[in-house]
Amino acid sequence: MRTNGILRVIARFLIPLIMLFALYIQFHGEYSPGGGFQAGVVFAAAWILFALIYGLDAALEVIPERAQFVLACLGVLLYCFVGLLGVILGGRFLDFYPLLDSPHAAQQTGIVAVEFGVGVTVAACAMLFFTFFARRKRELDAAQAGDGD
Amino acid sequence: MLFAIYSLLSAGLFAVLDAGDVALTEAAVGAGISTILFLAVLTLAGREERPARGKNRLALAVVVVTGACLIYAAGDLPDFGEADNPVQVHVAPYYIEQTYADMGIPNMVAAVLAGYRSIDTMGEAFVILTAGLGVVALLSVPPRRRRRGQKPTKSEDDS
Repeated sequence: MRTNGILRVIARFLIPLIMLFALYIQFHGEYSPGGGFQAGVVFAAAWILFALIYGLDAALEVIPERAQFVLACLGVLLYCFVGLLGVILGGRFLDFYPLLDSPHAAQQTGIVAVEFGVGVTVAACAMLFFTFFARRKRELDAAQAGDGD
Repeated sequence: MLFAIYSLLSAGLFAVLDAGDVALTEAAVGAGISTILFLAVLTLAGREERPARGKNRLALAVVVVTGACLIYAAGDLPDFGEADNPVQVHVAPYYIEQTYADMGIPNMVAAVLAGYRSIDTMGEAFVILTAGLGVVALLSVPPRRRRRGQKPTKSEDDS
């Protein structure tokens, strides 16, 4: 679909906006609707739109498969790390109050941090799903072509 | 396509009902990503289904018995939307009254998800990671291995 001018222009216009919106609902999630899960999915949707227009290879150059794996694990680890930080600083697991002096600021920091972890994991996993399903088609075609010989 | 339209409509419904978080999720996941994944799977799957042989009466009996149990149990549920239902009087009032005092955050959904119920959300994140690893594990197997065994019968359609 790279040759279709209309699609390309609109995608070029939309993808940055979708990514910006994803970041907005990620970091503004405690004031307005949104949060890590939604932000991750919206961010992955922008990447998938890019992959649909420009092809999977170009999209994998932007965010390689290895980076998707690493990010998926890092998100969960960030969540656990924030939880353990509460233990280290003298609270309970996933207790945000010890993080900062002011209790409200501590809660908000903790919530933003864990939501960021969730968002990273969700985005990376949605991209992984798409990568593997899209690549499977190519593998099947290659296998069939190999069969025909 | 129908799923996507259905999801978009229910996202609009959630938005009308002031459930912005659910509306966002439904629009992004239901109408966006899952439609794309459905299409991706449809391009992978064969066009025709193999005809099923025989009827599985045991499965039918299990389904009927389970369904009957569930319908019977549904009679004991409290009426929908009553003010003194357990779901309304358990912890929900505390969240509604105390969230702003505890956290200083106007969005109660975020506060409950990541603050009060953060261990649940951690489990959720692990579930998503596990789902991703499951897809990777299933689809990393090269597709030729099964075909090689049945190469003589070429008339079988693509699996």
